[in-house]
Amino acid sequence: MIALRQNAPRQPRGAFSFHAFPALILVLLLLLIGCGRPQPAAEIVIANGGEPESLDPAIVTSYSDMRITKALFEGLLRLDGEQGRPVPGLASHWEISPDQTVYTFHLRSNLVWSTGEPITAEDVYFSWKRALDPATASDYAGQLFYIRNAEDFYTGKLKDFAEVGLRVLDRLTFRVELNSPLAFFLDLCCFPTLAVVPQKSIERAGDRWIGERPLPSSGPYSLVYWRLNDRVRLRKNPQYWDAAHTRTDVIDILPTGSPNVALNLYETGIADIVWDKDLIPTELLEVLKQRPDFHTFNYLGTYFYRFNVTRKPLDDPRLRRAFALSTDKDRIVRKLTQGGEKPAYQFVPNGVANYTPPQGLSFDPAQARELLAAAGFPGGRGFPTLNYTFFSAAGGAAKMQGKIAVELQQMWREHLGVTVELRQIERKVFYNTQSRLDYDLSASSWVGDYNDANTFLDLYLSNSGNNRTGWKNPAYDDLIRRANQQTDTARRAGLLREAEALLVETEAPVVPVFFYAGFNCFDPKKIGGLNQNLLDEHPLQDLFRRPAATNPDRTRED
Amino acid sequence: MYFLKRLFFALPLLLLISFLAFMLVHVAPGGPFDRERKPASPEIEHQLQAKYHLDEPAWKQYLRFLGDLSRGDLGPSLKYRNHSVNDIIAQALPVSLVLGALAFGLSVGIGVPIGYFSAVRRGRWQDYAGSFFAILMVCIPAFVLAPFLVMYLGIRWRMLPVALWGTPAHTVMPVIALGLFFSGRIARLMREGMLQVLRAEFITTARAKGLSEHTVLLRHAFRLAILPVVSYCGPLLADLLTGSFVIESLFQIPGLGTFLVNGSLNRDYTLVVGLVLLYAVLLIGLNLLVDFAYVVLDRRVKYA
Repeated sequence: MIALRQNAPRQPRGAFSFHAFPALILVLLLLLIGCGRPQPAAEIVIANGGEPESLDPAIVTSYSDMRITKALFEGLLRLDGEQGRPVPGLASHWEISPDQTVYTFHLRSNLVWSTGEPITAEDVYFSWKRALDPATASDYAGQLFYIRNAEDFYTGKLKDFAEVGLRVLDRLTFRVELNSPLAFFLDLCCFPTLAVVPQKSIERAGDRWIGERPLPSSGPYSLVYWRLNDRVRLRKNPQYWDAAHTRTDVIDILPTGSPNVALNLYETGIADIVWDKDLIPTELLEVLKQRPDFHTFNYLGTYFYRFNVTRKPLDDPRLRRAFALSTDKDRIVRKLTQGGEKPAYQFVPNGVANYTPPQGLSFDPAQARELLAAAGFPGGRGFPTLNYTFFSAAGGAAKMQGKIAVELQQMWREHLGVTVELRQIERKVFYNTQSRLDYDLSASSWVGDYNDANTFLDLYLSNSGNNRTGWKNPAYDDLIRRANQQTDTARRAGLLREAEALLVETEAPVVPVFFYAGFNCFDPKKIGGLNQNLLDEHPLQDLFRRPAATNPDRTRED
Repeated sequence: MYFLKRLFFALPLLLLISFLAFMLVHVAPGGPFDRERKPASPEIEHQLQAKYHLDEPAWKQYLRFLGDLSRGDLGPSLKYRNHSVNDIIAQALPVSLVLGALAFGLSVGIGVPIGYFSAVRRGRWQDYAGSFFAILMVCIPAFVLAPFLVMYLGIRWRMLPVALWGTPAHTVMPVIALGLFFSGRIARLMREGMLQVLRAEFITTARAKGLSEHTVLLRHAFRLAILPVVSYCGPLLADLLTGSFVIESLFQIPGLGTFLVNGSLNRDYTLVVGLVLLYAVLLIGLNLLVDFAYVVLDRRVKYA
């Protein structure tokens, strides 16, 4: 321990000087300069949402990560950048059996990995098998459960993978057998989970195969480096079958967590594109909306709230309808969100392919009060105090949740005379609470995985892990099941519409509030090949920088 | 010998810290795979848990963690699933070290001289100016100063990049925003220390012996006056070297601070425990260094 000797201080031997500090700083600065090797600037720099959780297409779950993996690993089909519709990818064409349960895909004959080895049907087989392997622990393994016996294999009921409906017919032919007809199977073939990944790398490096260099890629770009929280650099893959149409050589992706940083990077010309709805600086929306480089569009996502139908009195559909009818959605998009969102009266967003949604419940406080009275609470008298559970954050899109909660609370008080308490909790706790049905009403949102009504409506199947309302309705389950086995597009749409009417008009376990607006920020005079579509789908190979003539002085720090 | 003993005791201390950190993150409600979007079937969710052994009892997970740790492996990150915690530290620590060391250099480089001269020129305008600066710096937090710098140096005048990392220019604003705050505290500590020492009898003795004022101040007073600053610097340096969440997120710097905070928000158990351990190692190590510096600076200090 410390002991001070109390005798007289000795003469110090050498004077301590703080001349060392400037020297230290100089040394550090030199070190830093040495570290920061200047690197060639990328042609296009994109601010893309948070740090990627992964670049493994079987693992990724967020849309911003998928944008990168789609550039690295292509599937049998891919989504085009105009409309976000499936177009041929690694497969040039395919045949569908008359009963629509067997798909035979023909791979292009000129397919090679970025490292030069050929891509064959065996690679497709390996990739899909890997996504279905429980050891891979892919979140989206369920996208493959439509394949014959796939779910039984996953759950271990079936040991032999050979019985799963996947066949390699020859080097370039791959056959898939489904459980039943599936209207959106080609859309699923574009989904990253079903992308083609390099077997050798994965067998060599296991879970860390993305770290291999060079990393074999099957898509239009290959990975130059991925520096955590710093940037992902992609370079054109000259071996890609359609490399002739890849328009930009080097693209940098900046993982950007904060809307303010994204906007600063964009404003100072460091980033050319900002494209994530979580990167909208809501405080500046008013100003940004007026600008020609700010683009909003309809997006495949719905903001809504859930009821816990296992709790009284919300087990009464009349009361749930009363809440829905007293929610002034128009006011929320006009007064609060303001980013071009559309009020939602249905759960499936506007513009989803081959589908016309039902009418839904409009804003009608008078009818809401009638329903409330009919359920035994005239004027809200005797109605218990319920909670509305949500999570919020200091900035960005999550901040809006709190404002919406306050607005909803006010509407229910005004129109129904009921008191709802707001319960704000932390994000992870919130999802856990919602799954355990430990709430009365809760804020929610859902973004579709593919352009089909099913990606919204299958949430409320009785056995869905994303149901989270306690609502189980055999008639609804039956309608969805029959719709998905239906081969006739119009008849299928009718069945789905019937199911959605049950969901949003009759039973109302959820109340849609608004459809999200997508958000892209870029100068069309500088950047081309970026179209706005429902899926917010922007293949990187379509992007290009317009010739410098229209863009005289560019300053870039890199 | 004394320092060897301290080092020896650091081990059980680290073990205790790792245990507490591990249990605390596991006790927090919600888990790494509680997300808006659940997998299509409960089996998939179960596989996710099983892959990272989250379905085992906590004590078993902790033993597994210790086993890996003994081999120098902090385990895979549960959020950044392509990366191990070791990878993340290897990539982010150098960034935090550079940023932290520069900010430390700045705060000491400004704080110590200002404190010193404020004390030496006590009651004169230099003192008031220095003390005013110190108070001002202590009162302006980084999250106020940083956007201000970005607004003018970055956006209005285009002198410096507004964010990101990689060249010396990228370090200027974050280092200022991070370092100035601490320079204020150091200046105040330094001034207090200096004033106290200057009142001591041995200073009067030294002056009486006819030593030059310069020698009295620098050779005799300064060495002792800086001791409070040195004790403050140990934890400060540990803090700065492990990254600052606020500065890193404001300038989008790929350091450790963001990982620590986001790691706990994401319930990335392994990442949080790994970073807490790293912080503990640095803190213990630097405190040891501080004690060592005492021996060098103040010859009355002896460790038994």
